[in-house]
Amino acid sequence: MKRLLELLAPLLLIGALLAAWEIGCRVSGVPSYFLPPPSAVAKAVAEDWRALLASAGHTLVMAIAALVVASLLAQAAALVVALDPLAERAARPLAVILQVTPIVAIAPLVVIWAGIDHPERAIVGLAAIVAFFPIYSGAVTGLKSADADLERLFELYGASRLQRLLRLRLPSAVPFLLEGHKVAAGQAVIGAVVAEFVAGSGGAQGLAWRILEAGNRLQTARMFAALVILGLLGAVLHAALDAAEKGALRWWRGR
Amino acid sequence: MTAALVEVEVEYRGRGRVLGPFSLAAAAGEIVALVGPSGCGKSTALRLLAGLEAPTSGEVHRAAGRGETAVVFQLPTLAPWLSAQANAALPLELAGTARPEARARALEALQRVGLGGAENARPAQLSGGMAMRVSLARALVTEPRLLLLDEPFAALDEITRRTLADDVLALCAASGPAVVFVTHNVEEAVYMASRVVVMTPGPGRLAGEIAVPGPLPRPAGFRTREGFRATAEAVSDLLAASGAR
Repeated sequence: MKRLLELLAPLLLIGALLAAWEIGCRVSGVPSYFLPPPSAVAKAVAEDWRALLASAGHTLVMAIAALVVASLLAQAAALVVALDPLAERAARPLAVILQVTPIVAIAPLVVIWAGIDHPERAIVGLAAIVAFFPIYSGAVTGLKSADADLERLFELYGASRLQRLLRLRLPSAVPFLLEGHKVAAGQAVIGAVVAEFVAGSGGAQGLAWRILEAGNRLQTARMFAALVILGLLGAVLHAALDAAEKGALRWWRGR
Repeated sequence: MTAALVEVEVEYRGRGRVLGPFSLAAAAGEIVALVGPSGCGKSTALRLLAGLEAPTSGEVHRAAGRGETAVVFQLPTLAPWLSAQANAALPLELAGTARPEARARALEALQRVGLGGAENARPAQLSGGMAMRVSLARALVTEPRLLLLDEPFAALDEITRRTLADDVLALCAASGPAVVFVTHNVEEAVYMASRVVVMTPGPGRLAGEIAVPGPLPRPAGFRTREGFRATAEAVSDLLAASGAR
């Protein structure tokens, strides 16, 4: 019974909030373009779901492409940095500057470099920049996380640098890499949507474009519908990566 | 002498002298227990013997080469992503032994420490005592001439540590390396060693040395013998006299 209640608790809260929202809208008579009631949003989702799902798919493909690019670059960079302490010192300020600069501020530049006709390149590029850091910092930390006594044993047994890297530091980094990728995936979706806003419509058909389009027409319920789909996309992606991380960790430590 | 420290001193920047001047020697077939209060430099002395650290002054003599020295730490220190067998085979594989041979010898070592049948288990699936046995198998797989044990049973329960102590003694009697064994448990030191070296509080020096009478490995009921009790008392007195609290 307690377990059932725990499972139902979030659903009950969402239901209560939606009911309050619906009643509030009807009683106050607030105009639908300002705040549409949940029923109107549900109707917009029901009418638009094909187009919304197609857009969500588009945004998801951009985010995944960005994640792949970011993963390759970040791990390669972390490997260089981990092998050479001087490289890490050299790269640290650059990494910090790039990380603290808002993605929106870099976006116009990336759009120019990608070419006005190729907004999808700009979107992948920008989302990849956002997704880079969780993987990079996870990998750098992970590569340095090997047990100190295991490091001593490798030294005692005369392991070469390559043996240390392949047989100690890389395997030790696996949990950190998994965590980094999980965080980066969420960041990549955010990055893709932000980039879609900045890169403009052009040939892009992502969820941000749906939101912009509906907003320009004051179809507020459709804006909410796109947000609902975006929220679901994020939740599903997070759940999938969480499961993947747990499975991979089970494999890594044998249970 | 398989290994010796001669008037060594170790200083760390910011911490000053942590060890010495201190001398210690261990011969083949001998088990030397190193006893002293926390922070007296016992583990530092062990790292010097292993060649993992160099003294600030003094000399370290090692007849045993790199591949002939093995260390067992306080924790099992196993790679979680490797099976028990792969963990035990690691020293051989790092030294360039072909994998099939390394794995076969690792399996033998696991059987010697009583872990036959557990070779495919990962460290997370083993109990603390079993993990420590894997760690021991990894140390013995290279048939070391110098075996260094840094409080290897400190994290184990009393029954497990007693069984393991007897097993280590039997294994050492069979292969005959020089063993240096760090502990702060007086009874354990007297039970396992042929000679107990007592250190002063840090920076550790020699407080005294006490030979332990009786055969190795220990016969049943050794802990209740008068000689054992008297030696343990003598070691405790020496520790107290040297200022250990």
